[in-house]
Amino acid sequence: MDITTLTSKKSLVWWVIILIIFILLAFVPLYAPGYAAILLISILMYVILTVSWVMFSGSTGYMSLAPAVFFGVGIYASAIIGGKLPFPIVVGIGGLASFCLALLVGALTLRLRGIYFAIFTFGLVMLMAHSLLFWELHVTGTRGRFVIVMGYNTIYYYLLGIFVLLLLTAYLINRSRFGLALQSIGQEEDAAAHTGVNVTMLKVTTFAISAFFMGAAGAVMATKWTYIDPFIAFNPFYSFMPVVMAIFGGMGQLFGPIIGAVILTYLEEFLITKFAELYMLIFGTILVIAILYLPDGLVGLIQKMWNRYSERKHADT
Amino acid sequence: MPILEGKGVTKYFGGLVAVSNVDFKVEQGEALGLIGPNGAGKTTLFNLISAALVPKPGTIRFKGENITGLKPYKICRMVVARTFQLVKVFADMPALSNVILGSYFGMSPGMSSKDAVREATELLEFVGLSAVKGTPAKDLTLANQKRLEVARALATNPELLLLDEMMAGLNPTEVGQAMELVTRIRDKGITIIMIEHVMKAIMNVCERIIVLHHGAKIAEGTPQEIVTSKKVIEVYLGEKAHAGS
Amino acid sequence: MIVTFLDIVIAGLLMGGIYALIAVGLSLQYGVARVLNISHGEFIMIGAFGTWMLYKMVGINPLITLAMCGPVLFLIGFFLHKTLFRSLLASSASADIFEAKSMLASFGLLFIIQNIAILTWGADIKSYSYLNYGVNLGGALFAANRLVTLLFAVVISTAFYLFLAFTRLGKGIRAAAQDPRTAGLMGVNINQVLALCFGFGAVMAGLAGGLLSMCYPITTTMGMEYTIIAIIVVVLGGLGSIVGSFIGGFLLGIIGSIVTYIEPGLAMVSYYVIFIVLLLAKPTGILGK
Repeated sequence: MDITTLTSKKSLVWWVIILIIFILLAFVPLYAPGYAAILLISILMYVILTVSWVMFSGSTGYMSLAPAVFFGVGIYASAIIGGKLPFPIVVGIGGLASFCLALLVGALTLRLRGIYFAIFTFGLVMLMAHSLLFWELHVTGTRGRFVIVMGYNTIYYYLLGIFVLLLLTAYLINRSRFGLALQSIGQEEDAAAHTGVNVTMLKVTTFAISAFFMGAAGAVMATKWTYIDPFIAFNPFYSFMPVVMAIFGGMGQLFGPIIGAVILTYLEEFLITKFAELYMLIFGTILVIAILYLPDGLVGLIQKMWNRYSERKHADT
Repeated sequence: MPILEGKGVTKYFGGLVAVSNVDFKVEQGEALGLIGPNGAGKTTLFNLISAALVPKPGTIRFKGENITGLKPYKICRMVVARTFQLVKVFADMPALSNVILGSYFGMSPGMSSKDAVREATELLEFVGLSAVKGTPAKDLTLANQKRLEVARALATNPELLLLDEMMAGLNPTEVGQAMELVTRIRDKGITIIMIEHVMKAIMNVCERIIVLHHGAKIAEGTPQEIVTSKKVIEVYLGEKAHAGS
Repeated sequence: MIVTFLDIVIAGLLMGGIYALIAVGLSLQYGVARVLNISHGEFIMIGAFGTWMLYKMVGINPLITLAMCGPVLFLIGFFLHKTLFRSLLASSASADIFEAKSMLASFGLLFIIQNIAILTWGADIKSYSYLNYGVNLGGALFAANRLVTLLFAVVISTAFYLFLAFTRLGKGIRAAAQDPRTAGLMGVNINQVLALCFGFGAVMAGLAGGLLSMCYPITTTMGMEYTIIAIIVVVLGGLGSIVGSFIGGFLLGIIGSIVTYIEPGLAMVSYYVIFIVLLLAKPTGILGK
């Protein structure tokens, strides 16, 4: 396409910048203090959840509140098989389990439109938590499980690896014809179907791919918490946060959700350590303000300001 | 063999019959008009043909092959394409991307991206939208959005094209352009079924007309036969004689 | 056997009364105002704690508090809609976008309200004893406060239903629930109606909270569970159907009571199973077309 050739020089610059960022990220644990590693782990976790969420919901417009389900499945997979198998396989199984569950859930429910789908996926989080609790109390006679422990640096590198894979996947999907088809589903699903797009197949597959990354992240994060129970693993909070972060950052560009996740996670950690008592109040207020005044997110706002600035510059000359 | 054939096609919504036991045949290369008062079941019949809905009972055959109950994307890839009464363009995508989507997915196997871009560019030129190919579809005029839908449908390489009220809401100049476009599509050898309230267009473009009323087929024939049919004048032209043209 | 069955049904009705009230409230907010209010349960919590505080500190009879609670919560709800949700409505390009945005905004409200509540009332469990004696009903003993709760839930819901059915404003609300645009064309002041509905929804939640506090221990984090139950009941009754929510509340109460009798741990699970099966099989609800 002619648009691509025009921007290829610019995109090369972007690739170099991204590469440098990742090289820097890879060296962070070697030099940064322990606290930074913990913060970066939280940031990476939310970035992965948010970008995976946007991969499906951002383009198709189906608001999924299921991230907590897939994240939780990964956590439990790690708790059950962690230590019995090499850890990379554990992470893979965590992701695959979520992938399979998402295929099933997607095939059943992706005909629900609008708010129904959101409500359904939210119900699913709670169903998982309550069913699992019942199972543990009445069948296995336990409450919760211990998970194998790993160092922060190891956790960090695993998350970084998942993030790189996720970004590549998201980038490739966006660039491919399937990215275009996903957008068309979000904008006019009926027309997409009548233009030859196999909408069901595409929705379910993308939903499952996004679930894979959430599950893999869950499998890694479980080792940080060392002890988990159904309500820690299947916490609706992990469903809402990615949505909030994506909206805060802005979904127009791939890096919008990343910026949203980074800023809000940092803010969360900062508030929890400094203003634990007011954390929810401040966070809630920011959320409401962001929804009210940042319709296209932070990135949208910056773009708007940039456009206005460059217009003024043009007007001056 | 007719390109499209319906037998006893029926559709109920709740207890109400929207399309009732309709038989039809469409011959290769012809332009068939579908008319009838509002609520006669025209768009429902289009939805049945394009598989947005499934007839119950009834069968639809495409070149002799039973296509009843197939998914819409399959129907589309089997070379039946459509436009919508209320335009359904991909609002935030540039016009070109709207059409490219058709080239990518409207046939199997889909085109390579290079071919798809070339094809879409040609089609935009064919419908007269070259100048706005980079414009998001939502910023186009209604007439241009309707042309964009036609280009998108053509990109799926159809043998049969269903046009749902392509002229509705257009001004006389635009209607003229649209009629000319339909004629050029026909000249490509594409069979057309069109729903239209603009009688002038139907009379000029179509060789044959089917009239629906309350979901049932009440008349079928050449434009001349239809305008002189007493039954049609009673139910249709009677109430719309002044509104139509 | 018959006594046990009666037991279960009455216990179900007692819980169902509260569910119905909560769900009617959410039904007004979601069915009419299109706000899937995740902070609905927080208004229940406010009602519960208000009642508890006035009883414990000043000695005001909880039933009197109910009467005072109503107007206060109405004003809160009304102005929330007039400010926050109104401007979201104005800035949203489509109904779907508004639904998503308003749901997330209400999630923010949940955070804000809960934090203020924890700062004010602390995070531990509170309770008080009111009308706490047994009443014999068909051979089974029921606490008087629960019977009062049921009575009030039914009276409040019925009164509200009559209001909807017979007053001019009530008819406007019902019209807006069915088709906001046409209702607007017919001269219903839509923005006013939506704000009123949101206010009434908050009142229902607050009253339910006050009633709950008479029978059960309360905490500042109790809201979420009731929000979820309200969502389930609203879906059960059909989104936008106020009568459906009312019936659905009692239905879910009885189902919960039966399941609790068989296996207490499965009550919540059964709610979700019903909810999910219903969403898949009949998303329009039990009374839906």
